[in-house]
Amino acid sequence: MEKILQVNNLHVSFKTHNGMVRAIRGVNFDLYKGETLAIVGESGSGKSVTTKVLMGILAKNGMIDDGEVLFDGMDLTKLTKQEITAIRGKKIAMIFQDPMTSLNPTMTVGYQILESLVEHQNLSKKEAKAKAIELIELVGITEPEKRYKQYPHQLSGGMRQRIVIAIALACNPRILIADEPTTALDVTIQAQILELIKELQQKIGLSIIFITHDLGVVANVADRVAVMYAGKIVEYGTVQEIFLEPYHPYTWGLLASVPEMEDTSNELYAIPGAPPNLLEPPKGDAFAVRSEFALKIDFEEEPPFFKISDTHYAATWLLHENAPAIEMPAMLKERIKKMKKGVPHER
Amino acid sequence: MKDNMILSVKNLKQYFQIGRKGILKAVDDISFDIYRGETFGLVGESGSGKSTTGRSIIRLYHPTGGEIIFNHKKISGHIDKTTEKMLRTKMQMIFQDPMASLNPRKKVMDIIAQGIDIHKMYDTKEERTEKVYELLEVVGLSREHAHRYPHEFSGGQRQRIGIARALIMEPDFIIADEAISALDVSIQAQVVNLMKKIQEERGLTYIFIAHDLSMVKYISDRIGVMHLGKIVELGSASDIYNHPIHPYTKSLLSAIPQPNPLYERYRKRVHYDKSTIDYDLGQLVEVESGHVVLGTSEELSQWMS
Repeated sequence: MEKILQVNNLHVSFKTHNGMVRAIRGVNFDLYKGETLAIVGESGSGKSVTTKVLMGILAKNGMIDDGEVLFDGMDLTKLTKQEITAIRGKKIAMIFQDPMTSLNPTMTVGYQILESLVEHQNLSKKEAKAKAIELIELVGITEPEKRYKQYPHQLSGGMRQRIVIAIALACNPRILIADEPTTALDVTIQAQILELIKELQQKIGLSIIFITHDLGVVANVADRVAVMYAGKIVEYGTVQEIFLEPYHPYTWGLLASVPEMEDTSNELYAIPGAPPNLLEPPKGDAFAVRSEFALKIDFEEEPPFFKISDTHYAATWLLHENAPAIEMPAMLKERIKKMKKGVPHER
Repeated sequence: MKDNMILSVKNLKQYFQIGRKGILKAVDDISFDIYRGETFGLVGESGSGKSTTGRSIIRLYHPTGGEIIFNHKKISGHIDKTTEKMLRTKMQMIFQDPMASLNPRKKVMDIIAQGIDIHKMYDTKEERTEKVYELLEVVGLSREHAHRYPHEFSGGQRQRIGIARALIMEPDFIIADEAISALDVSIQAQVVNLMKKIQEERGLTYIFIAHDLSMVKYISDRIGVMHLGKIVELGSASDIYNHPIHPYTKSLLSAIPQPNPLYERYRKRVHYDKSTIDYDLGQLVEVESGHVVLGTSEELSQWMS
């Protein structure tokens, strides 16, 4: 498969009153053409910061200390403001969590779609309007001519997010970054938006980076998953590898802390403690202090990635040949067994 | 079962005036009972009226109609001083956003003690301090935390402060309105486990209002499903999840993504068409013991066949 984007050894830090916050501490991943890569992690794990680097919209106090982002033969971290502006929106587009804050309340939604068409595609006003209406229809909104003239507040939350998607797709981007695009929506609307994103991906061959903390959404949309913790990717693999054969203790904890719909008799598994303060990143495996499976070496030396399969890697010393044989928690093992057994009953 | 009732909501209506003519029926004629020691989940999408219901119960709004009985006393409409005092101590609320619900200019000590300050529930200053310390430990924080400000805490810790503030009043009944929605998954589990533990130790009753159905299923004994101001279905957690009858409940359940890629690949979403159903024509019908569904008899026989 063709690599469309490569992130190598990315380090990002933010200057704050209290010192430097090491938000991204060496992130590597590839994005393949036509796939959906989900990045999961808790708040502060660095998943959103990573995508901001790709879009060139890092906050003013943020700086890229090291690393490169290769796209189309260019290193995005080295581009000038003008150069990245030409790419942002046109080749790499992004949609955000709250559609109300990403739309301009004083402009009709039609005009907001038109704006990016005129900016990037040199279309005449008339052509652009026709294209905008076509886009509104593409994202599954009925009566596109009427909607074209409406303002964001006249639309429901789900419809607003569809408009945001239409704007993002206006210039036929090659990569779509979706940062928690359904978190603010109700479950039924969320399901519709996820279906729309998948359908559009098939239609126009988009590559998608999908940021979320909802593991149900990940299981639904992702081809591959990267799990982030404290500014690093700790495990990545295909969606089935991550959900059915996880290896990193953090991935175990994350999967086990989601309540099971079928059987709720057990106590919920809770990862103890809280994520580390990245002002002073911990030595070794950042998750070690919260992990009941931590080895002595976890507190001293950072684990490298160990290969599990061609597509599956995890950064944990548990995979080292000298490590004691430690298995995932019994309840998770049990749950995965049930998951494999097949589909929960039809509703 | 009847003596065991802690809260009874009868025909609660909560309308809001919108503009000069419009009326929003946020909660429209709902009734349910809650029993001592149980967790009652209220689920629904935004605008369903679930939060309004919680707020009407605790008198943050003045209900348009209906009656609410708490601890065998009427707490809706006009109430006397003793009932008010009972209500303000025995019923407490935990809110969604712990940052917005804690005064940023007060120390945790004063935030937690505010309720006992108002109701003069201690004799000496030492007793007040001791109580706050004790509650901090109950919710898994430490004494030192009493002298800090809310911004010095993480989201999960702040929610623990919110819980401590509710618990210091020694309530019987807690309304948790989206109490864990703003927290990360791993922290959600911590807070839910804490709430369950405290419930067992103190025999508390909860209303757990949330849009995250998997967490509601996990924590609740019984669940009410709300849509457009009505309770469309109410039953035990297993009734609702394993034998849903109302098409809205079915649609809502089918929309929840499960953390299982094998299942997600062939998940079928059930579409809900409200246009053929008029909630005002339907009645709450008990289809099996404790499991009630809103509908006309034709609708019910159609849904159940």
